Amino acid sequence: MASMAERPLSPHLFVYKFQYTFVTSFGNRITGILLSVGTIVLAYWLMAIAGGPREYAQAREVLSLGIFKLFYAVLLFSFSFHLIAGIRHLIWDTGTYMEKAQSKRSASVVIVVSLLLTAIFIYWAFFTGARAP
Amino acid sequence: MSLRSPLGRVLGLGSAKEGVHHWWSQRVTSVALVLLSVWFLVSLLTLQSFDHATIVSWIARGWTALFLVIFVLVATWHSQLGIRVFIEDYVHGGTKTLTLVLVTFVHCLVAAAGVFAILKISFGAAA
Repeated sequence: MASMAERPLSPHLFVYKFQYTFVTSFGNRITGILLSVGTIVLAYWLMAIAGGPREYAQAREVLSLGIFKLFYAVLLFSFSFHLIAGIRHLIWDTGTYMEKAQSKRSASVVIVVSLLLTAIFIYWAFFTGARAP
Repeated sequence: MSLRSPLGRVLGLGSAKEGVHHWWSQRVTSVALVLLSVWFLVSLLTLQSFDHATIVSWIARGWTALFLVIFVLVATWHSQLGIRVFIEDYVHGGTKTLTLVLVTFVHCLVAAAGVFAILKISFGAAA
């Protein structure tokens, strides 16, 4: 077993030269994990609503703390990124746009479009209406 | 000519015919989530307020509760598939098994709590 542990284990993240496509690949994983954490907050929110107005009022105090507002902004970015990067993966699954130049171009499309979407969502969520989370 | 040994055949060894199951589940849930998650976010952002009464009436209305239940189930399923791959890639040995079991528990808890809460609200027990 000792010799097994010393074998190099894939994937190696830091042995490669920095590449454009690394950002979208690793970004998709990180944003996916953040969205998973988001489902925990979603379940907590739903349970608080189900608990009645008083319980929800208490939960709302927690959920409107600054750290949670920051987390919502992170979630909106994660959602935008994971959505666009995921659609890119679905396109790849049809066997198209897999050439090096194409994947480099689509990587930049993912970054630009997801940042644009994030800006729209953050504006919508935080700067329109009187909706404090 | 088969390359499988007679012993292997008797023991029923070989492909379990589900090599692409994880991959395919991830794709199908992702297609569903493109629609469900955009619907969920836009619905949240178009709510007049996040008051208890407003949210309860939104969930109780028409198809909302049904789509919310589907959204929570598909999202936690997709999440579980993704987190599993992440752990399998970066965590090794006994820690990996333990982490995978814990992550499965958390996902089941989140899914069950979400569905339970939505049903409770939509059946009018959250007032």
